[in-house]
Amino acid sequence: MTKNKTSQICIMTVTGIDKVGIVAKLATVMAKANINIVDINQKIMEDYFVMTMAVDIVDATVDMENIKKRLDKAAEEMSLKITFQDENIFKAMHRI
Amino acid sequence: MRVSVEEVFETVNMTLDHHFDIRTVTLGINLKDCIDRNFDKFSRRLQMRIVEKGRLLNKHAHLIEQKYGIPIINRRIAVTPASLLLEPLPRTATTAVKVAKSLDTAAKKAGIDFIGGFGAMVQKGMTASDENLIDAIPQALSRTDRVCGFLNLASTVAGINMNAVAKCGHILRELAKRSKNGIGCAKMAVFANVPEDNPFMAGAHHGIGEPDFSLNIGISGPGVVRNVVLQNPDCDLTQLSEVIKRTVFKITRAGELIGREMAKLMNVDFGIVDISLAPTTSAGDSVAEIVEAMGVKQMGLPGSTAALAMLVDAVKKGGAMASGNVGGLSGTFIPVSEDSGMIRAVKAGTLSLEKLEALTSVCSVGLDMFAVPGDTPAEVISSIIVDELAIGVINNKTTSVRVIPVPGKKYGDIVHFGGLLGSAPIMKVAKTASPKFIARRGRIPSPIQALRN
Repeated sequence: MTKNKTSQICIMTVTGIDKVGIVAKLATVMAKANINIVDINQKIMEDYFVMTMAVDIVDATVDMENIKKRLDKAAEEMSLKITFQDENIFKAMHRI
Repeated sequence: MRVSVEEVFETVNMTLDHHFDIRTVTLGINLKDCIDRNFDKFSRRLQMRIVEKGRLLNKHAHLIEQKYGIPIINRRIAVTPASLLLEPLPRTATTAVKVAKSLDTAAKKAGIDFIGGFGAMVQKGMTASDENLIDAIPQALSRTDRVCGFLNLASTVAGINMNAVAKCGHILRELAKRSKNGIGCAKMAVFANVPEDNPFMAGAHHGIGEPDFSLNIGISGPGVVRNVVLQNPDCDLTQLSEVIKRTVFKITRAGELIGREMAKLMNVDFGIVDISLAPTTSAGDSVAEIVEAMGVKQMGLPGSTAALAMLVDAVKKGGAMASGNVGGLSGTFIPVSEDSGMIRAVKAGTLSLEKLEALTSVCSVGLDMFAVPGDTPAEVISSIIVDELAIGVINNKTTSVRVIPVPGKKYGDIVHFGGLLGSAPIMKVAKTASPKFIARRGRIPSPIQALRN
């Protein structure tokens, strides 16, 4: 990715019971839609496995609605709770 | 700097667990240029504009909802007050009803659930067209599904139009009679100092000082605020106010972002963010429960007014810091039927109509969604209305009344409206109040507070 190219960062959150293959599965969903992963954070919060993943959807081959549909499917298969939102909502709410 | 995991989850939890949402995106539409002496020509223009813009509103609301992951519960339209549109048309009830039906049809075609603006500004006096509209309200609102009505009966500058207040008692009774459980009255609000850019129904309309189009946002987060209050059970009230301010700041910023982006996408002016806390009947999404979380045993007991006053003030401070476009009502709704904590308080006997009135003097938006016996005389309804309007007029604030005289029900009964409108215990009201005072008619002069120039 060239430096001048615009980006549209989205944040995915994942919560649920830890198991093998969560990151692999979600990374595959992203790769298939030509979405670049730019950051991953993983923590234990309130007894849950929680992960946030920052991705750039500027070159994505599918729209937001379809990305979400694919993630919903993955969430169901692995008993996870997944959200996917444009990063600006978090910036607006948590940065002055 | 990228947002932290904690910040991300704070936002996510607000929507997933505490009912944070955009309660409404309301598009204000000017219809003044559609006015015609010929009803059919007028109706055609009105339909074209509302259907086109309404569909656009729905489309973009869906896209924005997907993008930011914040639910947008209602997509609504507010139009120029219908009494203005009716001015050149024949002054018959049939015509007024036809206008309401035309608005109703347009809303249905556009997939919009409520359209506001079937009303008039009559705080100082009524034109023949205004009177025609008011007389047609019972028919117009009972024969349409999605049209909401409003009347501005008073203002600090003009005083209180008692001719219109007296009329309203009869109109509301009649409207209640014509609809199941009096539910038609849920679509009709009367005001003092009505704002012209309020995005919330039933009082939304597109005022005459507004541009051709204006996108207004109503945010909502009683559940979110209640949650932070519960998380701070022991801090003092100064600190509690700070905590509430910070939370409201965040949710207002979300509203501002979404409003701005939607307005840009639709190529219309961005109007205001209404920061009112608007409860729903969902568990926890209750303003009464915030007051209770603050330490009042039950809503309506002594202490409630002070707690509510502090809450509303903190909401305003947080909201005003977050957005330069705070407007509309921007208070806190305490509708009886739409707030599970309010319903509980009425049932328990801690919240009477008199205490509800006291509460409305420190918050917006007035006596909202409360049910009274169907045989309540018109003069009593008018008396309840004028008391509430007086609070608004003297205190330079908006107050409103949305009263439902439920036919066939008496004090202590419960009426179920269904859906967002919830259910309401029938409240106790006097059998007679101020018949002679109401019958005097005329205008309660504007108060001395109006002379500020």
